[in-house]
Amino acid sequence: MGFKNSQISIFTLLGVVMLVTACSQAPNALDNDPLELVNRKTHELNKFVDSNFISPTSVGYSALVPDPLENSLSNFSGNLSLPGKVVNNILQFDLKAAGQNLSRFIVNSSIGLLGIFDPANRIGLYENSSDFGQTLHRWGFNEGAYIELPLFGASNFRDGVGRFVDMTLLDPSSYVLKEPVTTYRSVAGVGALLQARQIYGDQIDAVLYESADSYAQNKLIYLQRRRFQLKDEANEVYIDPYSE
Amino acid sequence: MNDHFNFRRLFVSGLIATLVAGPALAISKGRAIKLVESLIGEISLMLNSVKTETELTSTFERIVVKYADMNVISRSTLGPRARSASESELRTFKKAFQRYFARKYSKQFLNFSGSQIILKDTQDRGKFFEVGASIIVDGSSNIDVNFRVSDRSGEPRFFDIILEGISLLASERVEIGALLDNSQGDIGLLSKNIEELG
Repeated sequence: MGFKNSQISIFTLLGVVMLVTACSQAPNALDNDPLELVNRKTHELNKFVDSNFISPTSVGYSALVPDPLENSLSNFSGNLSLPGKVVNNILQFDLKAAGQNLSRFIVNSSIGLLGIFDPANRIGLYENSSDFGQTLHRWGFNEGAYIELPLFGASNFRDGVGRFVDMTLLDPSSYVLKEPVTTYRSVAGVGALLQARQIYGDQIDAVLYESADSYAQNKLIYLQRRRFQLKDEANEVYIDPYSE
Repeated sequence: MNDHFNFRRLFVSGLIATLVAGPALAISKGRAIKLVESLIGEISLMLNSVKTETELTSTFERIVVKYADMNVISRSTLGPRARSASESELRTFKKAFQRYFARKYSKQFLNFSGSQIILKDTQDRGKFFEVGASIIVDGSSNIDVNFRVSDRSGEPRFFDIILEGISLLASERVEIGALLDNSQGDIGLLSKNIEELG
């Protein structure tokens, strides 16, 4: 991402502060939202950015750019994020997943022509999703308070810290890559985002623009999805309507 | 001698427990699975037979009324306000909510038309059974759908559907809660308003 050393240390410091805050949070239900007032403002900003820029651009992008090119850009961007996933797999002591992601990276970077094709999928080497938020979860950290990040959207303290650490410290590609590849990577990353916005368009629109309280609905869905993804059964949402 | 006696008592009480509790639990679990099997069957039939959107919605509403505990679901979406609501308010709201629910979720099934649903394991969660199912989309990515089934209404009915970890009941509680606030807590007005939504 091209951060300078001084910026990295600021992020690291911020990360440590957030981590300490996150640790001190009690195990959470769905109402751990002390920052709700600020979060709601950020939510309005994010909706403004989405409805004015991201959503219309994604419609134009998918209309103008042929599907195979869209896929290639998303593949290229996704492939370069794999080394970071391998690092997290290792930090989670999940060597099987690390091996799978590493093999996938090697196959797609070589036979897949620098990652623009995805032959690994065809031989069952699927991506094993991981991030530093997940690593923190495996290490026993709680979610902490809900937080809606500007531009990045729904998160919690733990996963917010995870995001910063993933972007600044745990991304081997950013240490190795040089211009102009870093620029290609950024462009492909924007393409991947626009393609995803288009693919999940109906679901995103339903939550953001068709629900009575899009902030609350978005938060609810994020927290449940994330817990499901992390297999965080202790924090599973469980409503018993018969005992109300 | 004492050991022998205790063993026999243990055996007898175990036998009684099996006779009393065992079959009862087995029947509930079996009935929970059967309910979901037959629900999935009716939904597949619906997707293969209906032609118009109105037909889809009305067929789905009939299925929902048959398989879901709409009394407890609709009541739960009102939150604490339900406690001070009159019987007739709850009845009117339930009818409006059923139609809203059918309009809103029947459309979602269209995305899965043609895909296969398989049943997975069923868990005993104490007060209810969670019947697991999976929608087979294209081999690599399946969608997990769990049905929470209880017979506390008198017969087995589902009261929540968990789609990829997301509780439909939780979502509707947030949605209806916000709409109820917009109607200043007036359930009659809320019932009228949701007729235009979904």
